[in-house]
Amino acid sequence: SKISVVHCFYFRGGAELLFDGVKKHQVTLPCQPEPWDIRNLLKWIKQNLLKERPELFLQGESVRPGILVLINEADWELMGELDYKLQDQDNVLFISTLHGG
Amino acid sequence: MCDAAGGGGGCGADTDPPRRHRAPADRCESGPASEWTPGAAPGTPRHPRTCMKCGQGTAALVIRVGDPFCRGCFREYFVHKFRAMLGKNRVIFPGEKVLLAVSGGPASSAMVRQVQEGLSREAAKRLRFVPGLVYVEEGAVRRQSPEQREQTLAQMETLLQATGFPYHLIHLEEALELPPSILQPGPERAGTSGTSGPSYKEAVDSFIQQQRQDGDSGTSLPGHSAPDTPAGPPATPRLPDAAQTQELLRCFEAAATATAREELLEMLRTHLIVQTARDRGYAKVMMGESLTRVAVKLLTNLSLGRGAFLAVDTGFTDRRHGDVMVVRPMRDYTAKEIAFYNFFFGVPSVVVPPLFTKRREKPSIHQLVERFLLGLQEEFPSTISTVYRTGEKLSPEPAKASSESQRCLLCLCGLDTYGEEELALEPTLILEEPAAGVESKAAYIPLLCYSCRLTFKELGPLDTLPPYVRAEGQRRIRRAEMEQNQEPSES
Repeated sequence: SKISVVHCFYFRGGAELLFDGVKKHQVTLPCQPEPWDIRNLLKWIKQNLLKERPELFLQGESVRPGILVLINEADWELMGELDYKLQDQDNVLFISTLHGG
Repeated sequence: MCDAAGGGGGCGADTDPPRRHRAPADRCESGPASEWTPGAAPGTPRHPRTCMKCGQGTAALVIRVGDPFCRGCFREYFVHKFRAMLGKNRVIFPGEKVLLAVSGGPASSAMVRQVQEGLSREAAKRLRFVPGLVYVEEGAVRRQSPEQREQTLAQMETLLQATGFPYHLIHLEEALELPPSILQPGPERAGTSGTSGPSYKEAVDSFIQQQRQDGDSGTSLPGHSAPDTPAGPPATPRLPDAAQTQELLRCFEAAATATAREELLEMLRTHLIVQTARDRGYAKVMMGESLTRVAVKLLTNLSLGRGAFLAVDTGFTDRRHGDVMVVRPMRDYTAKEIAFYNFFFGVPSVVVPPLFTKRREKPSIHQLVERFLLGLQEEFPSTISTVYRTGEKLSPEPAKASSESQRCLLCLCGLDTYGEEELALEPTLILEEPAAGVESKAAYIPLLCYSCRLTFKELGPLDTLPPYVRAEGQRRIRRAEMEQNQEPSES
């Protein structure tokens, strides 16, 4: 059966400036036939949360180089990066290491 | 056989496989949601990999190319690297006053934390210098409103006060009041050049002996040193008056390119920090440039024509100011390591907007190089470290006694401009001559190194330059004229 999942997204290191300065977003992702992996999550964030200048956060289907992604406080490189399948109550944190502009 | 997710183990960048769609070794079809137990410790990944160092802890991040570390081992690795960096270079003497330049950004904040950690250890291994902090408030050129500037200042002051170290808050506007002497190296102190005074080992030994005699009262503990702020409740830091801010903005707005503007900012900031160190008796300044930032700077400065000075611009030690030595103890840490460390261990930082740019202006060389390197790094994860390690092979030219006529007015490096005649013909360096009798920008050109000439040309007219630059420039021009007049003519 289909489940909707609740996720928290945090933005840090300046990444929050792209999201109206809001650091924490708690969201419920809608049911959909495709799995909720990070790839689809980024698309969803672009459509629903990103207020301006998507190219400062995203590049292609991934995040812009220089932006770190942590899933449940661990490096997404350990979790499969874009292929990681989101589960209920997962936390996703984006930290920008870029020097702005 | 699952694919080992590690990279080439330190091989050249071109042998690393593209990383983008590679999955970790033990990735299988993810199990049902019931695998997630609410009581599990935070930070437990779905597909845990084991720390490669201790072999026990659950990996929390990947360092370098494919080295998983748990939180505990990562912390040790991070802290050890700082001490190793200082120990290897042996330029910070015991009991010395060291000024930490703090920007509020992640790298300098992590640097302050490492200093705190290092000072707090038990006596034998403790770091032995006396730190102070300096923060340059740059809100004027980062398009912050006065309210936002005050807010940033308040946040930074809280951060600085929490360390217990003496601190200094200065505004970029104060660069307008710098003395022309900042453009000259100060006299080197005995011992720093190694010719006179104790060697590093002698200094450490005598310090330890002294401490034993004093009963190790811990004179370098934070909180014992008097803060350099007035007594009483900390007043809300005042902003400079609007006229000063306006004058500063004039300098920056007159810059024709984003590149020149970035160079101007870095120059003013550095001069302010070094002057603060000089005024307050600090012989050393620590800057928080990370490995990532150093690699970007290396390629940027190469593109700016500063190839001759890469070692000084990016190396661990920068001695161009003579009595004040700049060191870069964070240059071995990647931006990723710093970000993770700060997150895991609660190192606070303050985000400020970037330097302003004009509408429809091309990006600066700095931004382009950063974008280029970070982009390349995605596919070839050894890129940045390779650039960095190549830079490590550069060493500065041995210091030679050079007169001021052989040093660049702006960057204080030795002039690299031979063949004046060819350079004078270069189209990029030709400046329009103003009306007769008016001070000409062209007269400054011989005072500058190649790269500073290019930057200088892109800055505004002379009256938009900071007063100290003009004053020192005029003085050198006049002096050169006098010397020329005194020489018997040879033609």
